[in-house]
Amino acid sequence: MIRKFLIGILILVCFLLQCTVFHTLSFGGIKPNLLMILTASYGFMGGRKSGLLTGLFSGLLLDIFFGEAIGFNALIYMYIGYINGSFRKIFFPEDVKLPLGLIAASDLTFNIINYCLLFLLRSRFHIGFYLFHIMIPEVVYTIGISLILYPLILRIDQKLAAHEKRSEKKFV
Amino acid sequence: MSPIIRRKGEKFTLPSKYLLLIITILCICLMVVTFTTDLFEGPVSAVAGYVTVPFQNGITEVGSWLSDKSDELAQIRMLLEENQELRRQVDELTIENTILQQEKYELNNLRELYKLDAEYAGYEKVGARIIGWDGGNWFHSFTINKGEEDGLEVDMNVMAGSGLVGRIVSVGKNWSKVTSIINDNSNVSGMVLSTSDNLIVSGDLELMNEGLIRFEQLVDSDNQVAAGDKIVTSNISDKYLPGILIGYISTMEMDSNNLTKSGYATPAVDFQHLEEVLVILEKKQSLED
Repeated sequence: MIRKFLIGILILVCFLLQCTVFHTLSFGGIKPNLLMILTASYGFMGGRKSGLLTGLFSGLLLDIFFGEAIGFNALIYMYIGYINGSFRKIFFPEDVKLPLGLIAASDLTFNIINYCLLFLLRSRFHIGFYLFHIMIPEVVYTIGISLILYPLILRIDQKLAAHEKRSEKKFV
Repeated sequence: MSPIIRRKGEKFTLPSKYLLLIITILCICLMVVTFTTDLFEGPVSAVAGYVTVPFQNGITEVGSWLSDKSDELAQIRMLLEENQELRRQVDELTIENTILQQEKYELNNLRELYKLDAEYAGYEKVGARIIGWDGGNWFHSFTINKGEEDGLEVDMNVMAGSGLVGRIVSVGKNWSKVTSIINDNSNVSGMVLSTSDNLIVSGDLELMNEGLIRFEQLVDSDNQVAAGDKIVTSNISDKYLPGILIGYISTMEMDSNNLTKSGYATPAVDFQHLEEVLVILEKKQSLED
């Protein structure tokens, strides 16, 4: 219960930061994708269902405020969270390469899907421009932010797991 | 044995692939529903608005307070120097002003003769603060801190300074979403002020960082339109009120069909540093009746 509540708070905080503070911290009009860091992290840390639900609610929040249709971002984020959940078996908290790689891959995938569905279909074929001016910078910035944010999420998750274990013992 | 069937004494949990399938179908239904109707606009946006808008308001307030303070500190020295110079200018300007006032009196008389109205001073406007920007990097839209409660409605025009910013596309109780004219999927019907030739102004993500917008389908058979000419919203637009300044033509060239021209224009609004906007409380659709 505490876990769900906490993830909810984290989604809200990341959403608020992303659309207020990070707009002013953007480099060349590019801001990082905090919600993607969160979705991917809870995917490979908590498994498929946890990634799926985190992605769903992150996407829904974006859809309500900035989306054309409710459910579009929610769907993409949800699938990304789900796929990240499949990597739980090979995830170890000590290793930082896999998480960062997964976050980068998730963000790039999200951007490519976005480009294909929202730009390519409107006959904007200049993929090189979008790749080098929007997608790659966003991925790089997101990785930079996740160097700070991801250890924080991991720490919170481990503290919570320890707390849950303790209260379980007390209960038994 | 099917994974959904519950064994005795075991807590029921839905396997994630079924959950994925169910929510996928749900999301697709939601998308179809929001595209065709505005059934969810009310309740969903109301709930989300109650949760996030107060925070967004707070963060923006604190942010602008902090940037104001840091700006103040940095500028005090500069201001002192500027102050002296400005004092000198004030004297010069007072003299100029008296001359201008005389001319204004003359102008007013002439205006009355021609029965000309001021450009768009007549529209009733309300100021609003921007509280959140689009989370992604693909589109340029933002939310403002006024909504239904303040009398805002979908399709109302939004300005900043003297130029057009965009229009409201959805309204919550205390917030509304504005899509700007530099957005990649936005098209505005405009006209060149000097010659009244119609054209289409459309935003383009590739030009967004350079601070330009694209225009096309300008019919200018007499070659009278030149760089620097003002583009304003046209009379035939069904969403935008007529005569609002969009920007200035910067470059222009003949299309391959040899009939129409297209090129780039500089918007009148600085979209990178928007903080406050003005919403015109009149709508084009209701203006006519």
